[in-house]
Amino acid sequence: MRIEVHGQPVYCYTNSRDIDASKPSIVFIHGSGMDHIVWTLAARHFARHGNNVISVDLPGHGRSEGMPLSTVEEMANWIVGVLDTLKIDQAALVGHSLGSLISLECAASHSPRVRAIALVGTTTPMPVSDAILNAAESNDHAAFDMLTQWGFSKRHQFGGNRNSGIWMIGNTLRLYEQSGPGVLFHDMRACNEYIAGTEQAAKISCPTLLILGAEDRLTPVRSTRALQEAISSPIVEVLPEAGHTIMVEAPNAMLDALHRVL
Amino acid sequence: MTAPDYPGLDTLALHAGAQPDPATGARATPIYQTASFCFPDSDYAASLFNIERAGHVYSRLSNPTNAVLEERIAALEGGVGAIATASGQAALHLAIITLMGAGSHIVASAALYGGSHNLLAYTLPRFGIETTFVDPRDPQAFANAIQDNTRLVFGETLGNPSLDVLNIPAIAEVAHAAGLPLMVDSTTTTPYLIKPFELGADIIQHSATKFLSGHGIVIGGLLVDSGQFDWEASGKFPTLSEPYAGFHNLIFTEEFGPSAMIQRARKEGLRDFGACMAPTSAFHILQGIETLSVRMARHVENTRAITAFLLEQEQVTRVGYPELDGHPDQALAAELLPNGCGAVFSFDLAGGRAAGIAFVDALSVFSHLANIGDAKSLVIHPASTTHHRMDAAALAAGGIGEGTIRLSIGLEDPKDLKADLKQGLRAAGKAAGGGR
Repeated sequence: MRIEVHGQPVYCYTNSRDIDASKPSIVFIHGSGMDHIVWTLAARHFARHGNNVISVDLPGHGRSEGMPLSTVEEMANWIVGVLDTLKIDQAALVGHSLGSLISLECAASHSPRVRAIALVGTTTPMPVSDAILNAAESNDHAAFDMLTQWGFSKRHQFGGNRNSGIWMIGNTLRLYEQSGPGVLFHDMRACNEYIAGTEQAAKISCPTLLILGAEDRLTPVRSTRALQEAISSPIVEVLPEAGHTIMVEAPNAMLDALHRVL
Repeated sequence: MTAPDYPGLDTLALHAGAQPDPATGARATPIYQTASFCFPDSDYAASLFNIERAGHVYSRLSNPTNAVLEERIAALEGGVGAIATASGQAALHLAIITLMGAGSHIVASAALYGGSHNLLAYTLPRFGIETTFVDPRDPQAFANAIQDNTRLVFGETLGNPSLDVLNIPAIAEVAHAAGLPLMVDSTTTTPYLIKPFELGADIIQHSATKFLSGHGIVIGGLLVDSGQFDWEASGKFPTLSEPYAGFHNLIFTEEFGPSAMIQRARKEGLRDFGACMAPTSAFHILQGIETLSVRMARHVENTRAITAFLLEQEQVTRVGYPELDGHPDQALAAELLPNGCGAVFSFDLAGGRAAGIAFVDALSVFSHLANIGDAKSLVIHPASTTHHRMDAAALAAGGIGEGTIRLSIGLEDPKDLKADLKQGLRAAGKAAGGGR
């Protein structure tokens, strides 16, 4: 579906359905350098289960026009803009990595608009190494390589995709390669500079689910302690055979976990 | 801090796609010899049918053993995904019917495997898909043959029978300029000798029966998608970029992005035409791929030894191998195929058809049969077998002489291969009246 948010034409996947005001809504938010494709299985699932699904392409990503936004706060405001455009009063937000920070910020700063959040592959703060930032800034392919390799658990470096016939490393790399110049850098910098996450997490009042990969090397489980302590009564699911790319490495377990708040 | 290296080809050949079996811990990939898979509950079943979960429904569509093979070849080729098919021919057919329908057109190299040529030249026209065949050595000929309704450019990495080296970068440029994908058959080269996606190709087809397996005990094919072609930007592929009524108006490019083509091929082509691979075949092919690098290096080493040997023989009037002086693609081969030009080549014997027949009949280490890419050395005399309906003029037009012999060099000790060939040459000489 093509819509206009803050005067900018953008795209969001809705499973080819119109928004039905009588149904609950779920907004899926992708991570750095990615687009709505990463949520295809989950969005199809929750659409069949009677939800409006809105899987966004952030500005400058995928099929959305415009420049990438610079900060997590701007991106959270933009998500509210999506809800405004679609005339959705309240939605659940599901975000991966950068998308999880956007979801968190939305729930903290725009709490009336958010009924639940699911943070997938998350932590606060979410520092990004200079190596990745520098490579991303210079549009060096090494940034894609680092994120692809470290984004998967060691056990999945050789694949083992339960989704038949798809080489998970190659497909993820191709998604990064299709992002526009500078897009990944904008995203990674936004992650790196969002230092208010733990403080904002304390303001969250809606049901909050954390889905973590036990073998995540980018946002390790151990790094989430402060976040877990800041959130009031979080539900935490640690998926045993997943790294950071949870939607690909443990798609079924993630789906089952999401049902705890959706 | 630098990015860690991706696993190398040898490592991927052993490990890609595989995990220890979750049920038993088996290190080898088990053969999941089952037609179908149980659903834990009705909603789970519905979610599998609606592409919401990863998993298996029915082995025509997917199977855990096949899935390992598919991920492995996709990893080895550097693609996004693959489908294992009943044969190499099935892989070619699957690609074509995924990308086009009646009224479409293909531009293909004229130097194709006979089975592929038959499909394109005789069978597909009955279904409204025409092909123009062009000189594989002339990228401009590909460009000139492209029509408004062209949907695919196709060639073999090494053409049949003259081992024309396909100039993949140049022909990919031609195809892409016209908004078309380039598909290559890399059966005789395998990812050990050439990586077509790195050179610009968009789709790869393999007959996995050949060098990927090496053992010559199964029939199988593989179709691999690079994920690099922009189907939407091309605007010529509604099967991928427009709603598909056969799957609740799913738009494959919208929902699967870079893997749109291979997903549609599975969701439609494999589902409806049903040319799937048997799980046991996938298992056997996996065993072959584990030793791909070791075997291909030896295939090439032996081939170089045998071509050098043949060049020294008086009765041999031509040896057609791209690494040799006189082959028109020698420079291109050095650029695109630095690790070798495979292990299948042809040579011409003095003495014509009678010499060719006598030569083949006298061999004992070489097996006389219609296949290539076995660990065992193979031989065939095209004029009396695969091309027996052609007269001398027709053979000549196809680059085949009455004394042409095709060899597929295996992994035997080269001294034994040379001794066997000497035996054949003696018999050929007698048949030709040389009395030796």
